[in-house]
Amino acid sequence: MEEASKVSRYLYTAIVLFLIWLFLTASLDPQELAIGAVMSIVVAAFSYELFTTRGLGNLHPRRVAYAIAYIPYFLWAMIMANLDVAYRVLHPKRPINPGIVECKTVLETGAGKLALANSITLTPGTITLDIDGDKYFIHWIDVKDSSVEGASQNITRPFEKFLKVIFG
Amino acid sequence: MNVLSAIGETLVLIGAFFYVLSALGLIRMPDVYNRMQTATKSATLGSLGVLTGVGLWAVGDGLSWAWLTKSIVIALFLLLTNPIAAHALIRAAYKSGIPLWEGSVVDKYREHIEAKEKASEGGGEE
Repeated sequence: MEEASKVSRYLYTAIVLFLIWLFLTASLDPQELAIGAVMSIVVAAFSYELFTTRGLGNLHPRRVAYAIAYIPYFLWAMIMANLDVAYRVLHPKRPINPGIVECKTVLETGAGKLALANSITLTPGTITLDIDGDKYFIHWIDVKDSSVEGASQNITRPFEKFLKVIFG
Repeated sequence: MNVLSAIGETLVLIGAFFYVLSALGLIRMPDVYNRMQTATKSATLGSLGVLTGVGLWAVGDGLSWAWLTKSIVIALFLLLTNPIAAHALIRAAYKSGIPLWEGSVVDKYREHIEAKEKASEGGGEE
């Protein structure tokens, strides 16, 4: 995947840093804003090469909309899965059926794969054990389908439709 | 006492409940992999609940909004870093040869590694 221009990557890094600053200070005092802007610009100069490869392309409205929609969707999936694992812990018979399954992903970029792996790990009942190319090896506490296709359908598909748009 | 503090207190309670569940899971689960499942996961929702709960509670008690935004940023960074630690731990456990629980149904990762070794021994395909 081609890299965006240096200016675009630099600006994107500075914008993200400034947003974090806004959240951390939670104040619109001009003095705070000024020092925050100066610090973002300075820190971005050191860190933009590591931080992003696509620069301002990340702020495309479609991507931002999907990213915002992804938050409640993901939180809901996480809560449901948490209750499921809680049930397995509390049930006297401990109804678990663990195993390591293989999934295939349609995501291509490194950032997308990282986001998918993190989402899988954060969802209770599944932990990403390793990634090799487009193969994910996932420890699943309740193996419903051990085939590659079935496991992908259960674990990775629900997240991929969002992450495909956000990260490509 | 108002609505915001009540919601915050409820969230803190729910978070604490999930911490208890994850501690219980640590004792009840049979092998390191299933223990990781309960330990890292319930801790995530527990921490999320406690952090956002504390933020809302503080705002409800008349403290500044900075409490809420800061706790949200902390929760966000936790969500970014927690799975990486979990992944590193479980991968290290697997690489150091800890066997899966005997009730485990499938281990595709072993098949994958063995297939790879065979390919590299037999002249290599890469």
